[in-house]
Amino acid sequence: MAHRITHEDVLHVANLARLALTEREVDEFTVQLGAILEHAAQVEALDTEGVPPTAHPLPLVNVLRADVLRPGVDRDEILAAAPEAEQHRFRVPRILAEDEA
Amino acid sequence: MTATESRVEYEPVIGLEVHVELATATKLFCGCANEFGAEPNTNVCPVCLGLPGSLPVLNERAVEFALRVGEAFQFTVPASSIFHRKNYFYPDMPKNFQTSQFDQPICADGTLVVDGTPVGIERAHLEEDTGKSMHVGGSGRIHGADHSLVDYNRAGVPLMEIVSRPEIHSAEQARAYVSELRSVLEAIGVSDVKMEEGSMRVDANVSIRPVGQEKFGTRAEIKNMNSLRSLGRAVAYEIERQRELLEAGERVVQETRHWDENDGRTHSMRSKEEAYDYRFFPEPDLVPVAPTDALREKVHAEMPELPAARRARLVEEWGINEHDADVLVADAGLANYAEAAVVAGAPGKDVVNWVTGEVLGFLNETGLAVGALPLAPDGLAELVGLVADGTISRSQAKDVLRECLEEPKRPKAVVAERGLAQVSDEGALGATLDGILAANATTVDEYRAGDDKVKKKKRGFLMGEAMKALKGQGNPQLLNRLLDEKLSA
Repeated sequence: MAHRITHEDVLHVANLARLALTEREVDEFTVQLGAILEHAAQVEALDTEGVPPTAHPLPLVNVLRADVLRPGVDRDEILAAAPEAEQHRFRVPRILAEDEA
Repeated sequence: MTATESRVEYEPVIGLEVHVELATATKLFCGCANEFGAEPNTNVCPVCLGLPGSLPVLNERAVEFALRVGEAFQFTVPASSIFHRKNYFYPDMPKNFQTSQFDQPICADGTLVVDGTPVGIERAHLEEDTGKSMHVGGSGRIHGADHSLVDYNRAGVPLMEIVSRPEIHSAEQARAYVSELRSVLEAIGVSDVKMEEGSMRVDANVSIRPVGQEKFGTRAEIKNMNSLRSLGRAVAYEIERQRELLEAGERVVQETRHWDENDGRTHSMRSKEEAYDYRFFPEPDLVPVAPTDALREKVHAEMPELPAARRARLVEEWGINEHDADVLVADAGLANYAEAAVVAGAPGKDVVNWVTGEVLGFLNETGLAVGALPLAPDGLAELVGLVADGTISRSQAKDVLRECLEEPKRPKAVVAERGLAQVSDEGALGATLDGILAANATTVDEYRAGDDKVKKKKRGFLMGEAMKALKGQGNPQLLNRLLDEKLSA
């Protein structure tokens, strides 16, 4: 099968998505993602000659907004919802890990 | 090196990625204000904070600006273009992706002529800017910081990324390309293009290859250049660094390097190889942009004169040289000021002398923008008129102009206040001369009888007496002419 996904592929994708998976989950998702890709392979087998590529299922273009100000949200309210805030800013953990610094 | 060893000549190959913030009133996908320097996190909403359930809607003004960019650089604007998600984990984008364009940008395949040489522009696309992080602890840089603080006011501000082809071959040309790009973007009114404030940011991909070799060398991407000057310095430094590496038999590593303005070097940003995988995929929350013919025609009809055309016109109409035209047009505001002074009646050549001289000098000295000058363009025209009709000399005009640039005063008022007006009335000057000649009849006789040397001396004396009688305010050209006429009569 052309689109077979491997154990390593799943680990790679999980890493890109910053997901820590257990061995059992990796096995489980390898099967599930394999099934999705198999379905995609079936679609790919269809004759699409003359069908223009599409990025969107909706028959719509140019959904636009006038360049007009709209009130946003209250800063105190939004910062209160953040795990941590400092100096009216969102406080986030160290960005680069030790081995990158 | 011995005489028989031939040194390899290298050719630099440079591509520039320029990000410009578009001067819209609101962000790219939401109605929050697009403004520089606001209090942190005061221009945010569920869309630009990436809160679940919020949906982006594209700003039509940003599309119009992109079409202007398309016109200005002769881009092809395809019938339809789409947005992609560029996925990465970094807290400057709360959504964990940046909405950008990937394989179907709104502008493709343009050109910019730089000092007579066309430089290809691969693409220009719309994307959103990121938030600003402040690093706390350590030295204040990201390395060694304890934690970071993020302000999302800038997240979602519309950007255009303009990517040149690798067709630039020197630091000077890189600088000239960005300078011309900036002038054009300013002229078409899509951005305030301030490198110092970050509304225009430049990254440079630099590599070198032996002259004649077709294959590109390994490139380094240089970041953090905050002025045209630092761009020129950074690119020149990087070319030299790579040349020294190759000459020493070492290799150039493909990496991102950070320009340090203080030590004048580029520094490797990360020790390990970067391996980004952005997993671009079409943004499901945005439909394609397909600029209508009506919008394309409107943008086309509204295109202002571009800098190259403006320079050519001013050289032609005002008879100024190309260098002065370059200096003037490089700052659209300055050029507008000069043109307004000409409309107010002053000859272009005189106006350009003052504007590229004293006025520009004053702006550089004070850091003021031309719009903040207290002297309106018609005031400059008034000054030019005062010199032209002989009321004041050019050197007096310099002092008068200085006062008018520092305080809201009109040149005529300053001239009156200081009693500077030259006596240019022929009758008055003639009467003064007659008096002087009568009182110095002996000198006049000596003049008439003398040789050239004597003539020169006696004439100088008489001129001096006349000027003294006029308290130094006689128009010297006129006075000279009248004196000659009377002595030869």
